[in-house]
Amino acid sequence: MSIDLKTIKHIAKLSRISIDDKKAKELEKDLNSIFEFIEALNKVDTKKVDPLTSIAETSLKLRGDEVKTKNIREQILKNSPEENKDFFVVPKVVE
Amino acid sequence: MSDIINLTLSALINKIKKKELSSREITNAYITRAEKSKNLNTYITTDFENAIEKAKKFDEKGNFNYKLPGIPLAVKDLFCTNNLKTTAGSKILSNFIPSYESTVTQHLWDEGAILLGKLNCDEFAMGSSNETSFFGNVESPVGKKVVPGGSSGGSASALAGKLTPATIGTDTGGSIRQPASFTGTVGLKPTYGSCSRYGIVAFASSLDQAGPMTQDVSDAALMLDVISKYDTKDSTSVNFKRGDYFKSLSSNIKGKKIGIPKEYRVDGMPKEIENLWQDGITLLKKLGAKIIDISLPHTKYALPAYYIVAPAEASSNLARYDGVKYGYRSEGENLISMYENTRSEGFGDEVKRRIMIGTYVLSSGYYDAYYLKAQKIRRLIKNDFDEAYKSVDVILTPSTPSSAFKIGDKTDDPVSMYLNDIFTVPVNLSGLPAISIPAGKDKNNYPLGLQLIGKAFEEQNLLNISYSMEKELSFKNNLQDWWIK
Repeated sequence: MSIDLKTIKHIAKLSRISIDDKKAKELEKDLNSIFEFIEALNKVDTKKVDPLTSIAETSLKLRGDEVKTKNIREQILKNSPEENKDFFVVPKVVE
Repeated sequence: MSDIINLTLSALINKIKKKELSSREITNAYITRAEKSKNLNTYITTDFENAIEKAKKFDEKGNFNYKLPGIPLAVKDLFCTNNLKTTAGSKILSNFIPSYESTVTQHLWDEGAILLGKLNCDEFAMGSSNETSFFGNVESPVGKKVVPGGSSGGSASALAGKLTPATIGTDTGGSIRQPASFTGTVGLKPTYGSCSRYGIVAFASSLDQAGPMTQDVSDAALMLDVISKYDTKDSTSVNFKRGDYFKSLSSNIKGKKIGIPKEYRVDGMPKEIENLWQDGITLLKKLGAKIIDISLPHTKYALPAYYIVAPAEASSNLARYDGVKYGYRSEGENLISMYENTRSEGFGDEVKRRIMIGTYVLSSGYYDAYYLKAQKIRRLIKNDFDEAYKSVDVILTPSTPSSAFKIGDKTDDPVSMYLNDIFTVPVNLSGLPAISIPAGKDKNNYPLGLQLIGKAFEEQNLLNISYSMEKELSFKNNLQDWWIK
């Protein structure tokens, strides 16, 4: 199988990464060589094998939903790229 | 002062406890050396002024019973440090200041250690040569224009170059062991679930594990004592009975059963690596261990499976970098184009490649063919180890299929770069502990490492066997300090 340019652009869209045509061509080459390498897995018969989803095969532990950190609201907002003292700001979404 | 930087971590701790050295003297020695070693590009962020303040305070009223009393340490820039910039080697986090501390670094400070600064690494720990960092290549003290390995390349370089007495890295597919092998240092990847992942910038959550990088095996045991603890903030942290690793170190390994997997004898492996492995086997026999030939038949599928599982998890983990709450932002005419431009400019090529691979294998119509298939292969790889451990205690392999290479040698071909991790990746897929110890040198005088892989949660066995080997190997890096200015 091979991944064509159209698919590359579609994956980029799904990944929310903008790419120009030159970049798309580079990625087409790289991804195809990586997938060629990955295709080796098709040689293995896995019909009767259960997938391994986690190494720590234990059930998740529950804990009480309690606030343990102090109020760090300001510190958190300080990392926000666009300054506004109370909110995270994004480009206008609603007209 | 040159004496200070030549001491191991355990030796420094003894000197501090006996008051033969102060924390300030030690901290100053490492800072002075770091300032002369800028050529290596090991640091992304330094915190030297605060380190000196903390050292002063420690000397005045520090607790000398701590495990790391007044010891200055630099750590990989993948660990979030409260109030100190944490970049993960990426432009997208180049201005990120965490409001919390990672659990493992907190353990270091709780035992008296002092933060020197944050060490360079491949972007989001994706790389095997430290060439994907937004902050530039790291050079290895081992040779000019030589890569230190990756992704914990800055950590390995800083340790080998004696800019920090010990350090911690993270290992998703070999990122502690491969750079340790390339730089003649010791690197331990603990069992998945031993060291908390809380506060470590996530790459592939089912594989990521933090661990010590040190000058010798005793130091690795000491660091493991400090960082291996159960943590309720990490849902995959395991509450098992941890050993007293440093105190329990023993070089008596008589009767231990060592497995030698035939599948690790790969095509094109240099003769010197083959010889290194053979010498390791001979040494273990001499030390009283029993050598047993074993088979891990699915080994060759580990790397392709890893390049589905790791990118899939990475594409999910890295979805959070969207330019809204923190990190770099680029402008766009609407919300979607702001996301797309931010991620396009904020991530480097290797990270974008892996996000795209991950997005593809998880996308509708391909999930079963790739992701599910890889998880099934992962089960087969783990089963191979389970089967082998019915007859052996640990497994001995080379750490890497080659010694360190030159900067730029492998950047054009992603697959040739990925092949570096051929011996380390199966361990992460199976969640096992493994250590790389320096065991010899190649014709260029670059270090070569041997890897010991243990049963889950049996780090003590690994440490003891490598401790006994280390004594006999008496490896010396003999670096010429060529980078000092």
